[in-house]
Amino acid sequence: MSSFNVSDTGYYGNFGGAYIPEMLFPNVEELRSNYLEIITSEDFQNQFEQLLETYVGRPTPLYYADRLSKKYGTKIYLKREDLCHTGAHKVNNTIGQILLAKKLGKEKIIAETGAGQHGVATATVCALMGMECIGYMREVDMGRQRPNVERMKILGADVKAATSGSKTLKDATNEAMRHWINNPDDTHYIIGSVVGPHPYPDMVARFQSVISKEIKHQLSRVENSDSPDYVIACVGGGSNAAGAFYHFLDDDNVKLIAAEAAGHGIETGKSAATTFIGKSGVLHGSKTLLMQTKDGQVVEPHSISAGLDYPGIGPLHAHLFDSKRALFYAITDEEAMIAGVELSKLEGIIPAIESAHALAVLDKIKFDQNDIVVLNLSGRGDKDLETYIKWGKY
Amino acid sequence: MSNRINNIFEERESILNIYFTAGFPNLDDTLRIAGDLEKSRVDMLEVGIPFSDPVADGPTIQRSSKQALDNGMTLELLFNQLKDLREQVTIPVLLMGYINPILQFGIEEFCKKCQEVGVDGTIIPDLPIQEYLDSYESYFKKAELENIFLISPNTSRERIEVIDSISNGFIYMVSSASITGAKDGIQDGQLEYYQRIENMRLNSPRLIGFGISNKETFDKASEHAHGAIIGSAFINQLEEDASSDGIEKFVHSIKEK
Repeated sequence: MSSFNVSDTGYYGNFGGAYIPEMLFPNVEELRSNYLEIITSEDFQNQFEQLLETYVGRPTPLYYADRLSKKYGTKIYLKREDLCHTGAHKVNNTIGQILLAKKLGKEKIIAETGAGQHGVATATVCALMGMECIGYMREVDMGRQRPNVERMKILGADVKAATSGSKTLKDATNEAMRHWINNPDDTHYIIGSVVGPHPYPDMVARFQSVISKEIKHQLSRVENSDSPDYVIACVGGGSNAAGAFYHFLDDDNVKLIAAEAAGHGIETGKSAATTFIGKSGVLHGSKTLLMQTKDGQVVEPHSISAGLDYPGIGPLHAHLFDSKRALFYAITDEEAMIAGVELSKLEGIIPAIESAHALAVLDKIKFDQNDIVVLNLSGRGDKDLETYIKWGKY
Repeated sequence: MSNRINNIFEERESILNIYFTAGFPNLDDTLRIAGDLEKSRVDMLEVGIPFSDPVADGPTIQRSSKQALDNGMTLELLFNQLKDLREQVTIPVLLMGYINPILQFGIEEFCKKCQEVGVDGTIIPDLPIQEYLDSYESYFKKAELENIFLISPNTSRERIEVIDSISNGFIYMVSSASITGAKDGIQDGQLEYYQRIENMRLNSPRLIGFGISNKETFDKASEHAHGAIIGSAFINQLEEDASSDGIEKFVHSIKEK
């Protein structure tokens, strides 16, 4: 057993667990006691793989980015999760969870969403499976991510604004959890990242692990090894990073690099760089690194990218940080935007601003020319056009 | 062990437990409201520690928590406010709060402070039972604090039996599958649940909370348990009229003198 696998009690090192009110215990316990048996069954695996292939469009390409590689003097491969149906890696998880919800006999789905990518991916699979879908989105993002709101509605989802508290992604998550407390019997809550009470972080990481499974396979066909020297991914809650790291966690030759959102800068009070300014605490059902006041109140994060605008990270990532297995970089709004435009001009790919944070790390590491660098391009930039236009420097 | 919580269940029936958020509506109201509630013949108090992300709470308590935090409420300040608690209040007092502010304060220190100011028990809805037993129970025992556990209509029989066996003080029965304040009135399904739990003949007394808002729902709950807890409805009262008279009228509308 790997030391990076979740323990029987739901912990990664000092982080994880299931800190939930008793009202949610039966639901979470139902999941915990069933998820492994269901998702490892042959029947489930067949359905999951078939949908990933024929509906999502997997395997996604591992693309050798020639001009980008020349610029940084190393060998850079982009894992093209941006080419997944719905435009980001999020759908890998929603396909898995909706199949699981069906097996558990659930009829309704709730989800929280920040950038709207997870909301769209959830609304999409609900349409696919003919299930009712309610998406909670923070109020500010309903403006900033308008196209995704409308996408969800076209797909038949009911989109509700989280108007409680400070009206942000954490509040959308709070609202979704409250909805689940009020509707425990027929509803499954599809959490979109590797956060939440055990078994969510492990379950979501397993569904996303298809990313690193494919990277290994694809790399072995073009390089001498199936292990890169670096895997780079952005981290908000951390689901795309968890998927990209998963099959390399125990391979010490692979350096794992996580890009967090520094917003205006980690010293400015306007950032979402949890590992730099957070400390251990409990939010949304797990013990993890958390941005908070000294009195334990959760602090409002800031990032130009709605998908990274979250005050915590998944417990797996907190453990990877704590154990120094992964190296974390804080990328400012400005650095991310520059990197996003750079990829657009060099490779003809407009990345999601979340993914642009991972791209900005390229400028911060001294690579060897023979290094194999795999960067997880988690999403495409269509949804971020407004933000690119507002930024204007292209 | 004989303490204020156990004594009140021996001495009185139809226990009325009132919840209010510390530092609401004004920062320094905490002890004054506690005193007013005692004078109005409330049987037990539950003082809420405000948290930025109260997932088990409905809009009313979310609002009071946010207001209290905006007022500057902290756990440290709360213990200062409660320094003279026992000069004014003789009934049992519980602190209710989410785990994170308590973790940051330090659980051992939190328990010690509770004992110092005369708090009798705690309700920490997102502290899992197993974590409590494995890591924290000794601190609570040492400080003679009763940590109260919740059950809901969906809690299994086996789990209720476990909760009963580790409970001192009382069991907090969440009245329906809901967050606080969500519903008015008591439905048939809830009565069936009340009766089911009543028939289990548990060792611990039971108080019913969530959705108890007036004399009718309080009386109904008291028929099937040892009393009930009112939170959101009292916060609504404080929003309308937080004066000592307003508080007295509210309490007497539920439980006559």
